[in-house]
Amino acid sequence: MMLMKRRDFLKIGAAAGAMASLYGCAGGGKASGHVVVVGGGYGGATIAKYLRMWSEGGVQVTLIERNPTFISCPISNLVIGGTKTMEDITVSYDGLKNKWGVRIIQDDVVAVDAAKRSISLAKGGAMTYGRLVLSPGVDFMWDQIPGLNNAEAQAKILHAWKAGPQTVALRKQLEAMKDGGTYAIAIPKAPYRCPPGPYERACLVADYFKKNKAKSKVVILDANEDVMSKKGLFMKAWADLYKDIVEYRPNSEVKDVDVKTNTAVLEFDKFRADVLNVIPPHRAGDIAAKSGLKLINNRWVDVNWLSMESTSTPGVHVLGDAVFPAPTMPKSGHMANQHGKLAAAAILNMLSGMEPSQTPVVMNTCYSFVDAKNAIHVTSVHQYDPATKVVQPVKGAGGVSAARNEIEGKVALGWAKNIWADMLA
Amino acid sequence: MKLLSTVAALSMLVAAGTAQAADPNLARNLAATCANCHGTNGRAVPGAGIDELAGMEKSKALQKLADFKSGAKPASIMHQIAKGYTDEQLDLIAGYFAAQK
Repeated sequence: MMLMKRRDFLKIGAAAGAMASLYGCAGGGKASGHVVVVGGGYGGATIAKYLRMWSEGGVQVTLIERNPTFISCPISNLVIGGTKTMEDITVSYDGLKNKWGVRIIQDDVVAVDAAKRSISLAKGGAMTYGRLVLSPGVDFMWDQIPGLNNAEAQAKILHAWKAGPQTVALRKQLEAMKDGGTYAIAIPKAPYRCPPGPYERACLVADYFKKNKAKSKVVILDANEDVMSKKGLFMKAWADLYKDIVEYRPNSEVKDVDVKTNTAVLEFDKFRADVLNVIPPHRAGDIAAKSGLKLINNRWVDVNWLSMESTSTPGVHVLGDAVFPAPTMPKSGHMANQHGKLAAAAILNMLSGMEPSQTPVVMNTCYSFVDAKNAIHVTSVHQYDPATKVVQPVKGAGGVSAARNEIEGKVALGWAKNIWADMLA
Repeated sequence: MKLLSTVAALSMLVAAGTAQAADPNLARNLAATCANCHGTNGRAVPGAGIDELAGMEKSKALQKLADFKSGAKPASIMHQIAKGYTDEQLDLIAGYFAAQK
């Protein structure tokens, strides 16, 4: 049952009378106000555009992003594998600015004062907001791998788990590696960003080795007890395509590194690699983790799934990888985009005096390449369940590819074009 | 008075044409879950190789979705996604895209 105040009823009545709106649907009262969005990735860029589009320009949106352009994590493993370039995964923020009228500020947010509804910027100054959206992605828990807890070590033993300079640097390390060398990728315990991503990266590095450095090896040091996503399909790719190249080692958590010798330190073992790629455990991005919002496991923000609003801090919404996920919900760019739309709809309702929709739906689609051309997918649909107050996976829906195939390889690149446009154009 | 106005508001929403519409923007919100792959408001990027949904006749879209759900129409992924939505939700989605001209 909707809870409605009399003035809200009047607003709805007025809107229902004016049904010839741009998108042909009965809207609430026209929303207005100022929303500040922190972080212009898959979640933040999407909500910035959708707030402007759905409010028909009624809501002012400021996007604060530290980087000058958007660089995509999805598809970045193809840059590491050598078949795509950084240019292929870089998109301008001009569309958000010029087409949608989003005010873009290149800066970092260093503090949130939720009581005063104000944020502080690294370059100085503060800004007030009606509602705040934090979409900061993840930051790494360097203290979990002590040897990596300094800038020099981090420049040598790369994560490349945020697309950008590290993506380029890892590609260069692989190019410089002699034939007969070993590349090792260390995967942290779940939950981490992009569950199938490390296994895709192992495949694409193996594909590069197979074609260019056939004596080289890929070793996967997985802190988890098993392959976390698309298991059968990845195992089959390793067996069929990379039999003498890829070695998978479960229960192999990296506890530390010896930077000088490029050695991963496991609980009972050590592993030296020519190229050592350690993905450290991560948590909600700094600004979300350190702004007093309620966290779960001291790592991820607890949100209300009807609005993506923090359960502890009114007026602050959090999207994407920084959120404590609903059951079986992956930390993916696709899902962050869906969070952005859910929150955009909820915020516009709230700004026009209505409750958020009580029946939100989000879905995920994630393609992984197993070589330069063939891809596999995993998909799921999540519907809000009032009993558990969480978006729950729909039983019987979703699933994975029957087998790797080139058609999905083409669709994966088409997916990227469409989602980048859905966020930024 | 509060109850009365709530009832009145709800019946107005029903009269506005969407019997299931707890939220007046439900169709728009549901259709937006398709936009990641099929483009904002169903307008796909030209040449990206993914079906454009904007302006697709509602009955045609519903038939396709029903065939995905039943397995009658082979698919790489849509048979798995269609099953995640109720028939009422698919009806709203198809109606929304059909109205995008």
